[in-house]
Amino acid sequence: MISFNLLILVSLGYVAFLFLVAFAAERRAASGRSAWLRSSSIYTLSLSIYCTAWTFYGAVGYAARSGLEFLTIYLGPTIVMIGWWWFLRKLVRIGRSQRLTSIADLISSRFGKSTALGVMVTVLAIVGTTPYIALQLQSVTQSIGIFAAHSGAVWEAGDLNGAAMWVAFGLAVFTLLFGTRNLDASERHHGIVLAIAVEAVVKLFALVAVGIFVVWGVAGGVGPTLDLIDASAQSQWAPVPSRWVGLIFVSGAAFLCLPRMFQVLVVENADERHLSTAGWAFPAYLLFMSLFVVPIAVVGLDLMPAGANPDMFVVSVPLAEGREGLAILAFLGGFSSATSMVIVATLALATMVSNHIVVPGWLNARTPGAVVSGDVRDVVVLARRVSIGLVLALGYVYFRLSGGGAALAAIGLVSFTGVIQVLPAMVGGVVWRGANRWGAGAGLVVGFVVWGWTQFLPSFGVDAALSQAVFDHGPFGLDWLRPQALFGITGIDPFVHAVFWSMCLNAGAFMIVSILTFPNPVERLQGAQFVKIFDYSSGARLWTQSAAQAEDMLVMAQRIIGGAKAQTLFQAEAQSQGKAGFLPDVTPDFIGRLERELSGSVGAATAHAMIGQLTEGTMISVDDLIAVADETAQIMEYSNRLEAKSAEQERTARALREANEKLTALSIQKDAFLSQISHELRTPMTSIRSFSDILREDDLEDASRARFAGIIHDESNRLTRLLDDLLDLGVLESGQVQLNLGHGTLAEVIDRAVMAAGADGGALKVSRRAVNEAVPVFTDLERLTQVFINLISNAVKYATVPEPELRIIVRSLEGRCVVDFCDNGPGVPKESQSMIFEKFSRLEDAGKAGGAGLGLAICRQIMAALGGDVTYLPAQGGAAFRVTLPENVEMAAQ
Amino acid sequence: MSDRGVEPSAHDPLAPDPLARVPRVEFLDRAGYRQRRFRDAARLLPVVASILMVLPLMWPRDTADQSLTSQGMIYLFGLWICLIVAAFVVSRVLRYSGPEGDQGTGEGGAVR
Repeated sequence: MISFNLLILVSLGYVAFLFLVAFAAERRAASGRSAWLRSSSIYTLSLSIYCTAWTFYGAVGYAARSGLEFLTIYLGPTIVMIGWWWFLRKLVRIGRSQRLTSIADLISSRFGKSTALGVMVTVLAIVGTTPYIALQLQSVTQSIGIFAAHSGAVWEAGDLNGAAMWVAFGLAVFTLLFGTRNLDASERHHGIVLAIAVEAVVKLFALVAVGIFVVWGVAGGVGPTLDLIDASAQSQWAPVPSRWVGLIFVSGAAFLCLPRMFQVLVVENADERHLSTAGWAFPAYLLFMSLFVVPIAVVGLDLMPAGANPDMFVVSVPLAEGREGLAILAFLGGFSSATSMVIVATLALATMVSNHIVVPGWLNARTPGAVVSGDVRDVVVLARRVSIGLVLALGYVYFRLSGGGAALAAIGLVSFTGVIQVLPAMVGGVVWRGANRWGAGAGLVVGFVVWGWTQFLPSFGVDAALSQAVFDHGPFGLDWLRPQALFGITGIDPFVHAVFWSMCLNAGAFMIVSILTFPNPVERLQGAQFVKIFDYSSGARLWTQSAAQAEDMLVMAQRIIGGAKAQTLFQAEAQSQGKAGFLPDVTPDFIGRLERELSGSVGAATAHAMIGQLTEGTMISVDDLIAVADETAQIMEYSNRLEAKSAEQERTARALREANEKLTALSIQKDAFLSQISHELRTPMTSIRSFSDILREDDLEDASRARFAGIIHDESNRLTRLLDDLLDLGVLESGQVQLNLGHGTLAEVIDRAVMAAGADGGALKVSRRAVNEAVPVFTDLERLTQVFINLISNAVKYATVPEPELRIIVRSLEGRCVVDFCDNGPGVPKESQSMIFEKFSRLEDAGKAGGAGLGLAICRQIMAALGGDVTYLPAQGGAAFRVTLPENVEMAAQ
Repeated sequence: MSDRGVEPSAHDPLAPDPLARVPRVEFLDRAGYRQRRFRDAARLLPVVASILMVLPLMWPRDTADQSLTSQGMIYLFGLWICLIVAAFVVSRVLRYSGPEGDQGTGEGGAVR
């Protein structure tokens, strides 16, 4: 027979142990040796507050009533945790970079640091969490009651209430002691986290111990246990599909939305990398927590009398088997589950109440004026402490009012569905930049109302909050508003009905209103930073045109976070700006950083409002945003212009470089030309001078004299011709040539040229086709003749074969008249073909050809002046030139 | 065999943000490519888990000896263990890039 007093003693000892653990953790953290307190295993264990007394006791009851359906409560969080890469990673990053203090802070901060949204989420959280806290108190008192009954004492309701009150009081003291030590709610509460980690181990150990005892100690092994399961009332597993899916969804969503889960998942997170460990370790924890639930349930159903409460099997089965030590361990496990949940939930709610309701209200109620260092801090700490007391008192009152009768699991599900009304705003805010505060507010209100109507109020039972008539015919006879058959759709499971309609209408209102309304600038900035958190990890930055003075800022910061801390902060900032003293320059970056720092203590909305008081009227407006955007656009345009300019300069430089190269080449050409000219002039001059020297001598024979005079004459002729050519070329190149246009036929021109070149009747045979040559021309006939003469004389000169022949072919090509001069000489070597039209280019030595090498150059210039062309025509079996006559030849003739 | 993989950009190509974005690398070495695939595996895991968790809804239940609770337990806990092992393996091989060096995943990405 167990002594009831022993149980109380053990409990008190356990509580004292928890206080010591928390105290030691705080001491360690304070002395800086907190590395292991920040380890991923502590993080994973702290997540176990998901498993409350509802899990510890209620899951067995749930399994006894509905078989495997209880597993959905763990499968949902398992999906969320192993899918941490999708959403949790982002959420934790946002929480850390924005220094979020609670889920209300997340919503408020995301939607423009809106105070109203913070209040709404806080209210929703209180309404959703209070029954849950009541549930924990109930489970602890019930389990104490089991022991009392076992030891023969008869517990009256008053005793239960007394026990519940003492438990609530103890929890309040613990939370006050370790939850409000540091004001900065975004800092970790090492004492609490370690205590709940220890409790996580205790409850897992206790449940597994009971499970092992039941399977191997009572049922007799795994096989018999499975047989027992198959023999029970729940032998066939027939889940209702909609409930199965709906419960997995709700539990997964609640895992994210429950204020206490947000607290341990995001706010108390020390390192994002812990998620990767928790991603597999927490599902493993859940697995062990639920592994023995069904065996305990079936063994309990088998062993215990028919009326026994299955919710208490975890304790009552070991007691009935006479294992009192195990029963006490099980009781401690349940106690741990209840207390850890209550502590964290209370802390989370108290932070929300103080940051989103009390402090904004206090700030509004006060007239700005006398400010005392640390006054806001005092208000926040006091508000938080009072809130802790209030939340627990609320839970206790709910426990008293509800009478502790309903099955535990039912309250749990109502609570879950309530808190997941935050889900659309939360997920939407994190992944959708278009989400705004009107949409979030509308979604929250609609979801809250639908949940209240379809689930919360009906959960009290028929004729408690809602009358039977309302259930049957809707309020005021509005049939389509029946709480469990909205819009006249009946036959859905009430739970699924509530979840489906509240989520659909909530998300629908959220999206539609978001689409139809316009966000304010702060919302848009915050939205960008939340959604693109991995791109903007440097953190939030607000554009403020600061009229605020650093001194005012310091005064305000001291009010919130206390003198010493604020001064340290400002000094560090000043130092990083390279200034001495406590007053840094008020840059937008600094304001953003300060606001974030403050929001870690009082929440984003309050911090924003307080900064706003100082920078009042200079906070950002739509116009400012647009101006900033314009400025950016201008800068970008300017940079584009610069780029264009630089490209243009590049082009100019390239053109200049090319011109320079050309000039250099021309200069070289000119030098070469001058030296060529000098050479060409010098050769005849030399021979003229030397022969005239000879002529001066008297003793010359007449024949010789005549010969020498002839040479002098020839050479001066050559000189004259060269000078004529040069002059001609100069005139042609400068484009100042005077053309004497006249009518004639090509045949006449060619006749004249052949005659003048001396090819007529000579060694060279000229073959022509007179029929083709009857082409009328209108051009400078003299010049054209000159070109032809040049080409024909070339043939005379260079066609050095025994039977030289020149073919003059006139034809029409592509509408233009061309004249080809093809001889059967050796032709022009390929490598020289490109050079023959250059000045002074000759294929062989000058003496033989008897020219200065200007002929073809002149031809080309003449043809260019006439509007035609002369080119070398390769591969004709000799040298071949093609003269393309100007286009206007035929035109004029017509 | 090429040791380079083609990685499509996860960012909306129409929404370049010149102010804050580090240009995303398109072609990675073998190790980097592996890491991207491990991330895909991490994303795939909850999807697979969800499908397998609702699968038993389709089990036959025509007679009383089908789809027993004991079989359901064995299936669900077996699945659970597999998922935990898979998540464990992913968490070992996945290098959680530090606070700065992460590439955005482009989840939801309305810009402006």
